Amino acid sequence: MDSQILGLLAQGIGETFYMVVVSTVAAYVIGIPLGVLLYVTAEDGILPNKVIYAIFSFVINVVRSVPFLILVVAILPFTRKVVGTTIGSTATIVPLVVAAAPFVARMVESSLKEVDAGVIEAAKAMGSTNWQIIRKVLIPEARPSLLIGMTISFATILGYSAMAGFVGGGGLGAIAVNYGYYRYQVDVMLITVAILVLIVQIFQEGGMRLVDKIDRRKKL
Amino acid sequence: MFYLENVSKIFPTTDGKVSAVQQVNLEIRDGEIFGIIGFSGAGKSTLVRCLNLLERPTEGRVLFGDLDLTKASDKELREARRSIGMIFQQFNLLSQRNVLDNICYPLEIAGVDKKAARERAKELLDVVDLADKTYAYPSQLSGGQKQRVAIARALATNPKVLLCDEATSALDPLTTRNILTLLQDINKKMGVTIVIITHEMRVVEQICDRVAVMSSGVVEEVGTVQEIFENPKSETGKKLVIPDASEGIPVPTKDFIRIVFDGRSSYEPVLSQLILHTGLELNILGARTEDINGTAYGQMLIEAPSDRASLQAIRDFLLAKDIPSELVSMQEV
Ligand SMILES: Nc1ncnc2c1ncn2[C@@H]1O[C@H](COP(=O)(O)OP(=O)(O)OP(=O)(O)O)[C@@H](O)[C@H]1O
Ligand SMILES: [Mg+2]
Repeated sequence: MDSQILGLLAQGIGETFYMVVVSTVAAYVIGIPLGVLLYVTAEDGILPNKVIYAIFSFVINVVRSVPFLILVVAILPFTRKVVGTTIGSTATIVPLVVAAAPFVARMVESSLKEVDAGVIEAAKAMGSTNWQIIRKVLIPEARPSLLIGMTISFATILGYSAMAGFVGGGGLGAIAVNYGYYRYQVDVMLITVAILVLIVQIFQEGGMRLVDKIDRRKKL
Repeated sequence: MFYLENVSKIFPTTDGKVSAVQQVNLEIRDGEIFGIIGFSGAGKSTLVRCLNLLERPTEGRVLFGDLDLTKASDKELREARRSIGMIFQQFNLLSQRNVLDNICYPLEIAGVDKKAARERAKELLDVVDLADKTYAYPSQLSGGQKQRVAIARALATNPKVLLCDEATSALDPLTTRNILTLLQDINKKMGVTIVIITHEMRVVEQICDRVAVMSSGVVEEVGTVQEIFENPKSETGKKLVIPDASEGIPVPTKDFIRIVFDGRSSYEPVLSQLILHTGLELNILGARTEDINGTAYGQMLIEAPSDRASLQAIRDFLLAKDIPSELVSMQEV
């Protein structure tokens, strides 16, 4: 394999990381408040509100049920407006965030739901405001589960980013598509796939170790 | 401390309405240890949750001092809750915080600065005798230790009253006794009023001053522990004072006489005198006496003789000796 391809792969890895990390962070910036909102307004939440819950839940379900490639195409005008272009890594971040934020919101909601209701009740009995319950009880108690959710989200976003290679996105996905699909260089395609698998493995493993380290529920 | 006026709580469920608490009138006095006893599903938890409005009564008023909690604003309610500590059967500690930070939580949310909060938390760890676990996490503690942390946490904001919902039900008998002794100390030394919910008469016997007997959402009777123990008037009260299998006494299948030891007389001389005096062969179904606060306290069940004369002889003897007793018919219980 020549050095040109190696250079290409290195660049692809860099682009993929850039897309996935920025998208994950952005998806969480949007997804955490959304997830908290879902949790809080749910029927058994701390401030139940059927209307708000129904509206947000519906919108999230709609966005989540649109296949990613269709979503990318459907929001092309929006993407152009936000970043000025529709191709390349930066342009891919926009649909990645749009697709991942609702997913993250659901992950956050389910992590918060795992928090023991008794603990929340105790916090209420001690005179906590709802905001204090969210900040000092719910989120810290759900932290290990939120982190596991983050490794899952990361892998999902990585998968989406590779798909985006088909429609002008950058990174490893684009390399796999260009060399493997259009030029029949199966070896290059296999290598990119292997790299993607490796990245998922590393993050999954690292995430789990971190969770083990920070979770205080286990016996030491 | 607390006045409940006509408090009812109705839960709407898919199978219709559940009246968990019905028309309860109750006074809990400053400085006392007040028990609420009843079988599972009686509405005890719901009633105690109405005291700090974790459950909003569907009807009636809950007065905490002069403040009607049912009409209080959110802010007033939060302030009041700082004066109403609560502990639970499942402890409900923050699993991701260590012991010290758990105790700091109520101070933190009340805006106490970190250093002062930690000092106060350490004081409380001494009170509950757990200073060696300051930096442990809840998962590293036994049930009894967790409940001690919960007690320290509940006391952090200097509450006037401590609500305990089945606080010892997840603990073994010895640990239960230790926790109850700790609660009693807190009541005596700090003057904290204590409300204890339980389904075990021996918990009430050990530390309560007065007790309310609850069944199907209704408070059936209220009285001093001695009154209820010696002479329960309600059906539920009668059932609750009979020791159960968990106390090593099988529930009798025949009619029996329940003799109560209230500290004035003790078990053995009474029994021997009774046998000598009546000349009867007595069949003891079970007995449980304990040394509580220095006096013998407990009860003995003896099988009721089938002939009226013998029965009368036993009852006359007990009456003459001023020993409380009652005839319990198994058809009735
Ligand atoms: N949130 C709720 N929704 C519907 N019904 C409820 C709710 N909470 C309690 N109940 C019902 O109210 C009744 C009283 O329940 P409660 O928990 O107060 O009983 P308890 O005396 O504390 O029982 P236990 O000793 O088992 O804890 C029960 O019939 C229960 O099913
Ligand atoms: Mg209960």
